[in-house]
Amino acid sequence: MAGYPQGVDMAAAIAPTEQVRGLKAHGFILDRREAVPALIGRHEDFLFVTGLAGTARDIAALTHDGAHIYTMAGAMGGAAMIGLGLALARPDKRVLVATGDGELLMNVGALATIAVLNPPNLAILCVDNGHYGETGYQKSHTSLGVDLEKIAAGCGIKRTRTVSDESGLAAGARLLREGNGTAFVVLRVKPDDPPPYKRNLDPAACRVRFKTALLGAG
Amino acid sequence: MAHGNGDRARWQDELYDLLRRRNVTQFAYVPDAGHRILIDRSLADPGAQSVALTTEEEGVALLAGADLGGARGVLLMQSSGIGNCVNMLSLMKGGHFPLLTLVSMRGDFGEGNPWQYPMGQAVEPVLQAMGVICLRVERAEEVIPTVDAALTMVFQGGNAVAVLLTQKLLGAKAF
Repeated sequence: MAGYPQGVDMAAAIAPTEQVRGLKAHGFILDRREAVPALIGRHEDFLFVTGLAGTARDIAALTHDGAHIYTMAGAMGGAAMIGLGLALARPDKRVLVATGDGELLMNVGALATIAVLNPPNLAILCVDNGHYGETGYQKSHTSLGVDLEKIAAGCGIKRTRTVSDESGLAAGARLLREGNGTAFVVLRVKPDDPPPYKRNLDPAACRVRFKTALLGAG
Repeated sequence: MAHGNGDRARWQDELYDLLRRRNVTQFAYVPDAGHRILIDRSLADPGAQSVALTTEEEGVALLAGADLGGARGVLLMQSSGIGNCVNMLSLMKGGHFPLLTLVSMRGDFGEGNPWQYPMGQAVEPVLQAMGVICLRVERAEEVIPTVDAALTMVFQGGNAVAVLLTQKLLGAKAF
């Protein structure tokens, strides 16, 4: 019987205290406050579903908490699948899921489900800072060797890309907007705080706001 | 088996027709023998979207997204899947999203597999704790009227409803 891997001190591996050391070598250099807006461009072209905390604030700040965004603050692991349901319901609209590495990792099987259906109007943007920012910047698996782009590609999503510096932004932006199949972009960013935007946290009010804007009051 | 396969085929076909008549277009499921006909019909139906899930909680989130886009869906699962959904049900309760799920029960009437009892017996208290209304079906002639009522409770009444297809209805799996 094979033994467990030896020599990995998990407490040291996930400790937040040395968060910055070594990150540049792994490509966590972009500032999310600049890179997310640069990658998305004209936000009015998309319906957004976001993850919790970081990406919710990124997109709320970008859109001034617009009626075309649905941000989460709980039910972690649901963002990509909410995006799939919305994309299947509205093939006439482009749906962009913006979520973090931790939120995506919690239900990473969703990438397999999405790859099988491959809706052409769905794009997933994973803003990957390698950390659980909201809980004190503990390292996530993507700081420890897990590659979400490879997971997405392994699931069968054909159009994938990792953007880790400014030279990759234009190609990443194109991928989010092209309509040949579901797109998956990892945006590697520094583990810095997102914009301090105060968004509406009421999930029922945000549902009504979104549906009224998309479907009309009746 | 409490009923023959022909009997089950009849109400499952009627059930699929009812769901489609009431504008359900997204069929999400983790494969399950109890829902075989609904799953096969959704795969063969160009007007429906058939979504195979890796875990049931994906389906809860999917149906929230369907609602945001103005579409209706149904989540098909076995009772063990309820346990996988619990935190994602926060989304439905907090967001007042409609949720229709059809649950084929295990760990219930006549169950022979001891592994199925802990979750099977916890289904109703767990769903009720998360604000999901449970409707139990024990006889074949109750299936269509119960799901018809559930469709109204969900898509007009704005509730989360689980229709529990019991082992008295489906028959206990033989080992």
